[in-house]
Amino acid sequence: MSSHAHTGHAVVVEPSGFIRKYIFSIDHKVIGIQYFLLALTAVCVGIVLSLLMRFHLVYPGAHLPFVSGGIMTPEQYLALVTMHGTIMVFFVLTTAPQGGFGNYFLPIQIGAPDMAFPRLNMLSFWVTFLAFVAIIAAFIVPGGAPISGWTGYTPLSGMGEVTGPGEGMGQTLWIVSISLFCLASLLGALNFIATTIDLRAPGMTLFRMPLTVWGWFVTAILGLLAFGVLLAGGVLLLLDRSAGTSFFLPAGMVVNDQLQPHSGGSPLLWQHLFWFFGHPEVYIAILPGMGVASHVLSTFARKPVYGYRAMAMAICAIGFLGFMVWGHHMFLSGMSPYSGFAFSVLTMSIGVPSAIKTFNWIGTLWGGKIQFKSPMLFALGFVSLFVSGGLSGLFLAQPAVDNMLHASYYVVAHFHLVMGVAAIFGIFAATYFWFPKMFGRMMSEPLAQIHFWFTFVGTYCIFMPMHFVGLAGGIRRYADATGTTYAAALQPVHVFMTYAAFVTGAAQLIFLFNFFWSLKHGAVAGKNPWNATTLEWITDSPPPIDNFGGHYPSVYRGPYEFSVPGYRQDFIPQNLTPDQAALLK
Amino acid sequence: MPSNTVTDEIELIGTGKGGGGSSFGDDGNSGGGGDDWKDSSGSARVPQRAYVTGMTIALAGVLMFFMALVSAYIVRKGMPNSAWVNLAIPRILWLNTAILIASSFTLARSRSRFLASDDAGFRHWWGVTTILGIFFLIGQIIAWRQLAAAGLFLATNPASSFFYVFTAAHGLHLLGGVLALLYVAFRPTHRLTKGTATEVVSMYWHFMDGLWVFLFLLLLLGR
Repeated sequence: MSSHAHTGHAVVVEPSGFIRKYIFSIDHKVIGIQYFLLALTAVCVGIVLSLLMRFHLVYPGAHLPFVSGGIMTPEQYLALVTMHGTIMVFFVLTTAPQGGFGNYFLPIQIGAPDMAFPRLNMLSFWVTFLAFVAIIAAFIVPGGAPISGWTGYTPLSGMGEVTGPGEGMGQTLWIVSISLFCLASLLGALNFIATTIDLRAPGMTLFRMPLTVWGWFVTAILGLLAFGVLLAGGVLLLLDRSAGTSFFLPAGMVVNDQLQPHSGGSPLLWQHLFWFFGHPEVYIAILPGMGVASHVLSTFARKPVYGYRAMAMAICAIGFLGFMVWGHHMFLSGMSPYSGFAFSVLTMSIGVPSAIKTFNWIGTLWGGKIQFKSPMLFALGFVSLFVSGGLSGLFLAQPAVDNMLHASYYVVAHFHLVMGVAAIFGIFAATYFWFPKMFGRMMSEPLAQIHFWFTFVGTYCIFMPMHFVGLAGGIRRYADATGTTYAAALQPVHVFMTYAAFVTGAAQLIFLFNFFWSLKHGAVAGKNPWNATTLEWITDSPPPIDNFGGHYPSVYRGPYEFSVPGYRQDFIPQNLTPDQAALLK
Repeated sequence: MPSNTVTDEIELIGTGKGGGGSSFGDDGNSGGGGDDWKDSSGSARVPQRAYVTGMTIALAGVLMFFMALVSAYIVRKGMPNSAWVNLAIPRILWLNTAILIASSFTLARSRSRFLASDDAGFRHWWGVTTILGIFFLIGQIIAWRQLAAAGLFLATNPASSFFYVFTAAHGLHLLGGVLALLYVAFRPTHRLTKGTATEVVSMYWHFMDGLWVFLFLLLLLGR
């Protein structure tokens, strides 16, 4: 082994300059915080966009000073829909749980000094940052932001300015942004997988990994296999727009009285490529949240995760099945009923591992000494939202039902609960849980509790009524539903949802205040404020540059040894040797 | 070339393997203990097998990218009213394909020279591989020029579109391979040993070779 010394890096030295330390850092912890802050910026933009949409739905004729022309046009509303979806899915739900917390905690939780490829890690972040700059730039280019939705459906997204404002430069920027994001995510996924496979501490077997690590690991595999497909689609779409090819554009399209010079392309081909990525993407957003929920529930119930192996295997099963169900986003595309049936059955089969997870979460809580701290509240909220949102998925998985509901607010309610807000609750749980480790200080618990109750009740107030709007025929993506009698009758519900949205949005200011105030003024957190078991809690808060100060841990036990009978202490850290643990008897 | 000799490298890796230099093969460390990335002084370094793992994973991602293009090709070609016009494959592609296949053999030769601690032989065959790779890329550009001379451009018809997309995407990846070959030949490697560097570059190169043969057959037989 000693012969390694002259080729390997010597002792890890912290860079001294500001730029190397905080900007172009190769430290996974700094990169994790960079990802987190990027997501925090993005989520603020995304929330403002959603509030604008909610406002417009209720007051469609209102004069808005910042809108050119004073009154928002349907195209401008569609631009909000598109940008809200794109920013939230890519730059918040993908970026924060995986790029942020995954980057920060995966190496520490497996006992590694850093990611396997730190420079690649830095590159992933900065390419993601470029992608974010590109998508934000779409707001300010001539024509403004694109209007073809976060799914960028062809032929609308493929033809350029002729199809509407935002479909010129804005749509091109959208494609460039998404392609860059794909590239960055591929590099990130590579790093996560290689790190998990090869950099685990001695004794850290696969089934001793915390479920958070399982979540990030499987998410990375999904990202590796899915983002390349979207990248390929993005390249072809860009060629259709700028080089005159016809991959996705059929012949004979007349737009604004102009015959478009394309022939023979397949708009459905884009849908297939997009959703082959898009469905795994849903799990990319939610699997890290599942990992965090399991981790936090166990810690604050002071009990081992019920059915740990089943939980790990369920994550793998969800990831695996996630690649075979993309067609359920396309039931309206006129697919063969046999295909629809296959996609439907496969989709509903995801209910099995999902039910295993839910059952085991409840089993973890059962008989536990539950501490209702803020991370725990958000983890419980995650489970609640995942169940509420997941159940409507069983309806939508059936083509006959989906035909009725697909273009309605029912789908909007479904995916916001199960993937949007649930994943956000996972992020909040992770933030409150790991903030002490990341910054060495506790967040204010009273503020966190207020934040939780406003957010939890608020999101249900927004999205539960939305199901009924959808069932009653409220059509999504319409800028103004007041023109038709039946839809106008739903306006009072819209008014309620909009008020709920504004209150919930305002409650997030509590979180922002708490976050930044606690950085300076929070109570000093020790190494292990939650009495937790995994490796991040045996090192300093925040951890030193090489995570463990040169003393790398070995692992002797599973990740959730809480309340082990016969021990005086109700948690046994993973790195305690049997001899050390015996002292706790 | 860096000053340290090939033999040193072999011994280095051999130690990591816990076996002789001649036996080290395809898949990095088989020990699996997971502790060989920490040396005796407690400082951290990335285990060499992580690079092999990383390359394997990267190739899986690259494969998905190309398979997405291939499935698009199959779907697009099968469209009713697809406006598909079969493309006469430029004959130089046969030569290019032969060159690329040959380059895999010369690269394998180079690796085996490296493993036999024959530095001159390693450098010779590594150089031959690099030159063959550059010839392949030049040949692809000649093929493009022939198509262009025949009036077939990217947007002419779907067959030509896919031809250019496939060859350009593969060509860019192969250009990356050529740069990696040059890098290993001329730059000292820091974090990874030369043994690992030659191994991961070889994996990439053989994969790009196989991928090209697949794409060539697809363009040839899938018409």
